[in-house]
Amino acid sequence: MLTPVLSAHWDEKDSFTIEAYKRNGGYTAAPKALAMDPDAVIQLVKDSGLRGRGGAGFPTGMKWGFIPQNDGKDHYLVVNADESEPGTCKDMPLLLANPHVLVEGVIIAAYAIRAKHAFIYIRGEVAHVVRRLNKAIADAYAAGYLGKKIFGTDNDLELVLHIGAGAYICGEETALLDSLEGFRGQPRLRPPFPAIAGLYARPTVVNNVESIASVPSIVANGAEWFQAMGTEKSKGMTLYSLSGHVENPGQFEAPLGITLRQLLDMSGGIRKGHKLKFWTPGGSSTPIFTDAHLDTPLDYEGVSAAGSMLGTKALQIFDETTCVVRAVLRWTEFYKHESCGKCTPCREGTWWLVQVLRDLENGDGKEEDLNKLLDICDNIMGRSFCALGDGATSPISSSIKYFREEYLDHIRQGRCPFDHAASIKAGVR
Amino acid sequence: MTTEVVDQITVVIDGFEVTVPKGTLVIRAAEKLGIQIPRFCDHPLLDPVGACRQCLVDIEINGRAFPKPQASCTIPVEPGMIVKTQLTSPVAEKAQRGVMELLLNNHPLDCPVCDKGGECPLQNQAMTNGQAESRFEGMVKRTFEKPINISSQVLLDRERCILCARCTRFADQIAGDRFITLSDRGALQQVAIYEKEPFESYFSGNTVQICPVGALTSATYRFRARPFDLVSTPSACEHCASGCDMRTDVRRGKTLRRLAGDDASVNNEWNCDKGRWAFKYQTATDRITTPLIRNAAGQLVAASWPEALAAAAEGLKAGRAAVLVGGRATVEDAYGYSKFARVTLGTNDIDFRSRLISDEERDFLAANVVNNNSSYLDIDSADQVVLVGFEPEEESPIVFLRLFKQVRKRGLKVTAIASKKSIGNEKLKSNFVCVAPGSEAEALSSIQLTEKSLLIVGERAVETAGLLTAASELIKRSKAKLAWIPRRAGERGALAAGAIGNLLPGGRPVSDPAARVDISTAWGVHGLPAERGLNTDEIYAAAKTGEIKSLVVGGVDPFDGSEVKDALAALDKAFVVSLEMRTSAVTDRANVVLPIATVAEKSGSYLNWEGKARSFDVAIEDSLLRSDVRILSMLADEIGRPIGLPTVASAAKEFAAIGNWDGAPSEFAGVAANPKQSISSNQALLTSWRRLLDAGSMQDGEPNLAGTARKSVAVISAKRAAALNVADGDLLKISNANGAILLPALVEEIHDDAVWAPRNSAGSELLRILATASNSVVTVVKA
Repeated sequence: MLTPVLSAHWDEKDSFTIEAYKRNGGYTAAPKALAMDPDAVIQLVKDSGLRGRGGAGFPTGMKWGFIPQNDGKDHYLVVNADESEPGTCKDMPLLLANPHVLVEGVIIAAYAIRAKHAFIYIRGEVAHVVRRLNKAIADAYAAGYLGKKIFGTDNDLELVLHIGAGAYICGEETALLDSLEGFRGQPRLRPPFPAIAGLYARPTVVNNVESIASVPSIVANGAEWFQAMGTEKSKGMTLYSLSGHVENPGQFEAPLGITLRQLLDMSGGIRKGHKLKFWTPGGSSTPIFTDAHLDTPLDYEGVSAAGSMLGTKALQIFDETTCVVRAVLRWTEFYKHESCGKCTPCREGTWWLVQVLRDLENGDGKEEDLNKLLDICDNIMGRSFCALGDGATSPISSSIKYFREEYLDHIRQGRCPFDHAASIKAGVR
Repeated sequence: MTTEVVDQITVVIDGFEVTVPKGTLVIRAAEKLGIQIPRFCDHPLLDPVGACRQCLVDIEINGRAFPKPQASCTIPVEPGMIVKTQLTSPVAEKAQRGVMELLLNNHPLDCPVCDKGGECPLQNQAMTNGQAESRFEGMVKRTFEKPINISSQVLLDRERCILCARCTRFADQIAGDRFITLSDRGALQQVAIYEKEPFESYFSGNTVQICPVGALTSATYRFRARPFDLVSTPSACEHCASGCDMRTDVRRGKTLRRLAGDDASVNNEWNCDKGRWAFKYQTATDRITTPLIRNAAGQLVAASWPEALAAAAEGLKAGRAAVLVGGRATVEDAYGYSKFARVTLGTNDIDFRSRLISDEERDFLAANVVNNNSSYLDIDSADQVVLVGFEPEEESPIVFLRLFKQVRKRGLKVTAIASKKSIGNEKLKSNFVCVAPGSEAEALSSIQLTEKSLLIVGERAVETAGLLTAASELIKRSKAKLAWIPRRAGERGALAAGAIGNLLPGGRPVSDPAARVDISTAWGVHGLPAERGLNTDEIYAAAKTGEIKSLVVGGVDPFDGSEVKDALAALDKAFVVSLEMRTSAVTDRANVVLPIATVAEKSGSYLNWEGKARSFDVAIEDSLLRSDVRILSMLADEIGRPIGLPTVASAAKEFAAIGNWDGAPSEFAGVAANPKQSISSNQALLTSWRRLLDAGSMQDGEPNLAGTARKSVAVISAKRAAALNVADGDLLKISNANGAILLPALVEEIHDDAVWAPRNSAGSELLRILATASNSVVTVVKA
């Protein structure tokens, strides 16, 4: 049921080296792509049906196609490696175990969009990943895969690794560009879209790590190979990251459309003696699911039809020992801390939501607070400047939808009915 | 200017059709229909940001609706667009209510003690679009220390701030002064200054004015008044020749604040900090409020008006008299002085130029400036602008803003010919042509201009012989537009009024008999003096020798010229009638002092550098002080040769009726440049300009404003610094035979032969101490 492509060689102890990557067939897709017409590369990626793996699921080839060609301007490729959605841990493990697949993907993508300069924007906290990626880039330069006349062709490509300062907002692509330019990261007004005026006001493609890392395999194996995996509109394999109350958490590379039930089977199930209570399909910004959604196909359409979003495929699993109010409060505290402050709804709304939720969790709330919470969420959702404000409301409105009684229990009992210490201890073996 | 044909687009807003030019924002199209969409961050002169989210509306285009409400301040109209505002869309209405509620949650609601209360967009819109009851009860508000100084003049109350980014966008986009920025994040996001770099922008006051809450306040106005207790009068700025539209707010006979008015053709909605905050001179303790006569013991004593007028008349009748009127007079007052000199005193010995002057300049003004009609629009349409003898940010700040706007908007090419690169040059991304002081003419001769270019010549061009000649030739050669921009508000008006020895009112050459007939007919007098009058320096010299017996002096500081010793000796020797607001070096030496009104206490008008008039009315109604022209008219009556200008209005009417000279303008012969001066190794050629905020007497009494002035420094080149073994901050001594000044050194881009110091700043009063301000040899050594 698994389809390891990106993760195929993670268990080799030198998997992150250029030797291992080449031994396993790496750096053969790039010369192949460089021999093609750039438009043909874009068409290939379009044909494969690859969609953005960063959360929004926008078709990658189509994004590349938006770059105006022959406009005489510099083009830029920017890889978003600022993975910061709570629960998401796919790009960092990928870069730790196989940084060269990203470098090769960058070479192909930059060639396709006619960029001579590419950037990888990575979180500052992940020092070890930064070291591996730096080494990979240095090795690629030394091997002639980056720099002047790459792979002996007439193409040049400079690749710069930029280390961010660790802000959730800098995962938003336009804030990322501001940060990359040396400014404080806050989202930009669109239009103009990055494809027209992105980094340094030049046509720019911003792609997630996993999206770019998927490209070498598509070039190597063809669009049909990729299309053979996944569902009708969600093609290919992808990394699902399971965390929380599961026996064997980790990354699972599977075709799009797999279900949580299948993933739980492979990961040893919910921790022993406990049962699934709720989970996020794609990080904390996607409305939560419950055990009723165990068989929901985890592709873009399936999750959406069930009222949530595939997001980053970060499946955070919570068993019945977890207080949903407390979990939602924690997430909301995160959003309050990370709100960039640019727009009123997100900035002021998260400040308020935390206080209402804290009262509810402490048993100091009132029943009207639930409607107030939902109304505040309604005033943030779709009113904020960027999607991060929308995301802040997802756990709240979805948790009230599925667990209203649990909220009310807090109010009735005047305290949180859960034993948090016991919930933690339940995981200790 | 070429008028572009802009496509018109018709959209439907709340069921009404409106047609607007392509590119118009939805919020602005709605305004055209009279539909007010609430907003905070939106400002028509700033780039859209879409931060506050108050202006959300529902939009559909050709039947396709946006899934969520859109910020109407960021979206341009499109064909087929249907907009529903809060008036017709319940979704938009709820969205706006929601945002308003959120904005108020962390707002302190200290309206009763807030300067903005009563004129606050947040207060007003909360009343219109907000809800009476708060649902934030029992919650914790964000708190900050309040207020904090971000400059000595501007205070920031972070609790009140709604983070609309108007101030930071203004600083960045309009003034080019990135002194303030937003820092931190979430609800703790705040406006901040850089460490150790206060908000010392010349334009900082505009941020106080456009702040939609009481977050930015000025130290001068804070807690002084409620807006509804103020009486507001449209006014004109008396501080420079930019020509700002202003508003003066008065309470109980005192000016409490001044705001920028809205004149899109001149200052848009902006002004500079000097115009905004330098008005305390009006209430200085040394204001003169009654006539004064010097008694036998040599002391000035209070006198009645009849006594003082009689004494003044007697002195003026005794012999040859001349008139000196500073560059601060209104058009009406300058016209009064002009007519008084000719009709009452029978002389052309009058000069409004209380500064460094030349006869080359006087002829240049008569030939090229008095009927010149260049304007701000020429900046907007210029293919390039060349600046010489002119530092716009310091000497005409609104011209600077206009240049900056064009540089930012369309990359206007600006060339600056000067000896020192300035902060303003850098902000304008100027092509800096570095010349030795005195060599500007040579550089100007090699400049290529087209018919669409604009050459801006500042009043300091007078300081290099031959420079105005070179400018005149360049204009003739290239057909480019010319603008002459003096520093003072009254100079262009005084030129038009003929307060100068070679011109009669309306630009009529004194030397032209037809021109004299025009004026004598208008004035109903028999003949006018035909001889070209003396200039300021010549008048002082003649008074010093006793050739001129008496002087009428209005608004002149003898330390503003280069012949300071002559000026003081002349004022000591001659019989002096001084028309003044405050005690000065002139009143100290005057025989009769007649008190006059400040700009707030009188009506009148100024001509800005474009020659465009801005009239203003009396702001302080109950003042007993009167305009110069009224007093001159009384004095003329007393002397027995009346000028018949009993009111400002009568002067304005008479001057307007005279109109401009339609005969040939006087020819400008031009002069040759001076030979290059040679200097030894410890000598330099002095160059300087007045800073916007300096020791000028009309900035007196406002320490908060003075606190934002740029520090006095002596600027030398890296080469000279190395030769003198001087680093930034080391004291330099600049001296000549007249005296010496000590200033900390600053190594910057400046001609190796030059040393620059501010002309009239604290510790650097060049004319007072060195009796020179430019192009002269000084000794520069490490102190």
